[in-house]
Formats: sequence, C-alpha cells, structure tokens
Amino acid sequence: MLPGPFEPPAAMIIIQGLTKKFGSITAVSGIDLTVAKGEVLGFLGPNGAGKSTTMKMIAGYFTPTAGRVSILGHDVETDTIAAQAQLGYLPEGAPAYGDMTPRQFLCFIAEARGFIGKEAKKRAADAAAKTELEPVMEQPIDTLSKGFKRRVGLAQAILHDPPVLVMDEPTDGLDPNQKHSVRQLIRGMAAEKAIIISTHLLEEVEAVCTRAVIIDRGRIVADGTPSYLLSRSRHHNAVTVALPVAQAAAAKAALQAQSGIASVEEGPRNDGVATLTAYPRGNALIVEQVSALAHAEQWDVKELYAEAGRLDDVFRAITTPDAQRARERAGAAS
Amino acid sequence: MRPVLAIFKREFAAYFATPIAYVFIVIFLLAMGAFTFSVGHFYDNGVANLSVFFGYHPWLYLFLVPAVGMRLWAEERRLGTMELLLTLPIPIWASVLGKFLAAWAFIGVALLLTFPIWITVNYLGNPDNGVIVASYVGSFLMAGAYLAISAAISATTNNQVIAFVVSVLVCFLFTISGAPLVLDFFQNWAPVVLVNTISSFSFLTHFQAISSGVIDLRDLVYFTSLIALFLSMNIVLVDLKKTD
Repeated sequence: MLPGPFEPPAAMIIIQGLTKKFGSITAVSGIDLTVAKGEVLGFLGPNGAGKSTTMKMIAGYFTPTAGRVSILGHDVETDTIAAQAQLGYLPEGAPAYGDMTPRQFLCFIAEARGFIGKEAKKRAADAAAKTELEPVMEQPIDTLSKGFKRRVGLAQAILHDPPVLVMDEPTDGLDPNQKHSVRQLIRGMAAEKAIIISTHLLEEVEAVCTRAVIIDRGRIVADGTPSYLLSRSRHHNAVTVALPVAQAAAAKAALQAQSGIASVEEGPRNDGVATLTAYPRGNALIVEQVSALAHAEQWDVKELYAEAGRLDDVFRAITTPDAQRARERAGAAS
Repeated sequence: MRPVLAIFKREFAAYFATPIAYVFIVIFLLAMGAFTFSVGHFYDNGVANLSVFFGYHPWLYLFLVPAVGMRLWAEERRLGTMELLLTLPIPIWASVLGKFLAAWAFIGVALLLTFPIWITVNYLGNPDNGVIVASYVGSFLMAGAYLAISAAISATTNNQVIAFVVSVLVCFLFTISGAPLVLDFFQNWAPVVLVNTISSFSFLTHFQAISSGVIDLRDLVYFTSLIALFLSMNIVLVDLKKTD
C-alpha cells in the first residue's frame, strides 16, 4: 500500500509508565512517550536526570521496574530479540571492542545481526561510508581519535538500516565539522525512521530535532517542538537595542513607558555603547514598536534585533541543578 | 546457531589480536614441560606412558584456565561493551555459549600443541595410544569444567583480578576434594557414603578414571553436567547483574 497524503504518522516507539528504581533511588519515574515515524526526538535534561537509564530500557538492556516499551509492536521485555532486531542503538560513550579494526568490528555486528558473507561485508562498508570511516578502516579502534570512535558507534547503530534509532549523545566529543556531518546524516535518515537522541547541547535540538522532551528527576517536564519550547523562554520576542551611552537613560525611560513592554534591562557597556533589552508583556510582538520609537526619538541605533528565545533559559528554569538534587537525596536518606 | 558462531569467531580472533594468546601458549607449554620433565622426572621413570604428564594437568589448569576465563565477562563489563553485546538481537545464552566455546577452543589449541611429548613417548617406547587419547579427551573436558566455573565468576565482577582469585579458589575446592590429603582426613571418622560423595565432586577422581584409559559414561556426564550447570549460572548472572 502506498502511503497516502493523509496517512497518520505511525507510532513506532510506545513507552508507557516506564519506571526504574535502583534500591531506594528512583532514576526514571513513570515516563509516557510515543514516537512516530519521521520524528527526531531530542531528549534533554541535566546529567543524572534519567536520560541514559530510559534509553537503556528502550534498548532492552535494563529491565524496567514498572511500565513497558514497545518497538513496532514488539514488547521489549517479553519479545526482546524481535524488538532489538528493529532497533539501532548507540550506547552512552559509544563502546566498541578496542582490539578490533572498524572493518572487523562492523563485520562482527553485521554477522551478529544475521547478515552473512558478502552481505555482511557490504553492510559494514556502507555503514562506514555513511559515517566517513573509510580512512581508518584498518586501524585498531583503540588507536582512533574520539571523533572516529564515536562514528564507529554510529556506524554500528545504522548498519542494518533500522526503522528505530536510539542514540545516547551521538555528537559528544566531535568537533564542529564532525557534528555538522553527523547532524546531516541524522536529518537525512529522519523521514523513514523514528529517532531518539539524547544530548545536552541545546543548539543540537534546534539543528536536528522535530520535537524536544526535557526530563528532570526521571520525569518529563516539557514536551513540544523546539519553537514551542523557545516561546517559553523569557527572551522570546525580546528586543535588544544598542545605542550611545549618552542616550541610554532617556531611551530606557521611553521604552518602559510603552504599553507592550513589561520591563527593560540594561546590559554591559563598552566603547561608549549601551545595550538595552526590552521584554514584552505576554507574547506581544514589540520589535516594530521599538523600531518606530527609535526613529521618532532619533536614537543613534547601532544594533536592533529580536530574539526567538533561548533554550538554555527554558532548560534552567525547569530543571534542577545536580548539586541541589544530591542535597535533597542526602536529606531524604538521613 | 548463527549468533553463537559470530560471537565465537570474534572471541577466538580476539585472543590472537593481542599478545595474550602467544604469552598464554608459551607459558602453558613451558609449565607443562617443566612439571613433566623436571618435577615429574619423566625420563628417570623409564615408563613409556604419559601418566606423569597428565597427572599435573589439574594443577596447571587450576591457575592457567582462570587466567583465560577471567576476562570473558569482567572485561566486557569494564569496557561497557556488555551493553552493546546485550542490545544486539542475540539471546544471552548464545553470547554465553559463544564466549565459552571460543575460550575452550583456545585452550584446546594450547593442549594440542603439547603433541611433541606424545611423539617423544612413541619414539622412546610403545605406549598405549588409546590411553593417551582418552587422557587428552579427559584433560580437555576437565579444562572445560574449570573454564565454565571461571566464566561464571567473571560475570559477577568488572575486575579481572578479583575474577581470577575467586575462580582459582573455587576451582581449588573442586580439585582438592579428591586429593588424598582431604580424603584421609574424612576417612577415619566419616561414613563411607560421605567420603565417596566428597570424592565424587572432585575433578581429580573423574580425571584419573578417564586417564587410566577407561572412558566411563559417568565421568563424561560429570564433566558435561558441571559445564552445563556453570554455564546456566553464567546466563543468570549476566542477566541479573546488568545494572552494575
């Protein structure tokens, strides 16, 4: 059957009430999530929030304390092998057998996934080509740079062209060029797959993800498109003006008098230039208002721009720093 | 069986990818030679059989086999590749079996390389080659039992040294329970049934039976069931201890 234009996106990963406890510590607490074909879900959260633990349960490595995960209808706990066959998984830290070369390692993965002979070799070579590993195919993995090691892990995950991909920090340790090519690779595969990546690089979410989920203390605290999350930032639609210090005080007062503007903050001054940032009331669009005001008052404007929002604002506002979590945990234990 | 084969191939090749294999084989052969000729006075005995040579096998295996088995799972755990291995669409039993068979085959290669002593004894006299073949079979089975114990213990830790020491200890108990030292201690006061039970748990008792040239079904069943038991424990341990 050909996919019609109105075919609803097929849910490929279904997570229900997923919970993992280690002794008295609850690492993941009742996560519900559905990921459809075509989605690239960015899993965000502070270190220790439960991202990796959740991914390990999706991949069938950890057994959940409660709840279930299904991959294309296969329950990961009861139908593990069938679920894992549909899954490409990059574990945290991209582990690989260091004494093997990438070619040997990828051929092993191909054989372990049931490809034999020429087909195994072809799969290994294709995966290596997609991740640009060709120059190092015959060197032991232990001797490779961090960037190549990470890509060996990526190659291993995409080798069988899985419909579901789960990758724990796929661009960790890569330089900006390598990050760019890995993101292009992910975007290129996105249409045909359901992909979950974890990251704490917020720019990565904006670059590759169609949906961002923020997790804190084992719970989902935000779930939406990257632009939805940006709109929750206090910088969303904020307008910044740079102008000579001499005009700053008057300009600040004039801006504060505007109806759409909630508050104005002055940034650092340098070279006789002051920056003022105006925060809108609600979601009001104030950039035209500010621009018109600058024209009318004849400010000597050096710069004027509106912001879409800052993800790290949102991130900081809704997650808990690790030190605070540790204190609370220690407090609960004593 | 295909995943078992894939694991087997990788593991077996891994021994030879590093100096481990060569160091092990050299030490294995040197130790076998040293015990047979210097300690066991092979030439002075003037007997054309290999009972001296095989007599030392349990004691050499006691240290050498845990050295092969200690890395099987502890290394995997330490490197984090355990997560990779267990998220491939391969059942745990296949990984356990593939790793075990690879290590066992590797020990088998080392054992086969002792063939010059078999040639020597045939050159010097007319040994009963049937007994020698039976002894080799028995020795290989016994090595498998030591290995299954070591592999299961390796699955409990990410530290190879701990895996080695604990394996040697457990293997020692399984060996010593048939030695005269232990049996004499029990013989004077314990009922015969108990003495026989303790003795029947020993590698020595069963290996001596096989290496006398009689391949008794009971001895074969003993070693194979011991291997099966520890491999089953290995599977359970890998499954249970994933979170560490």
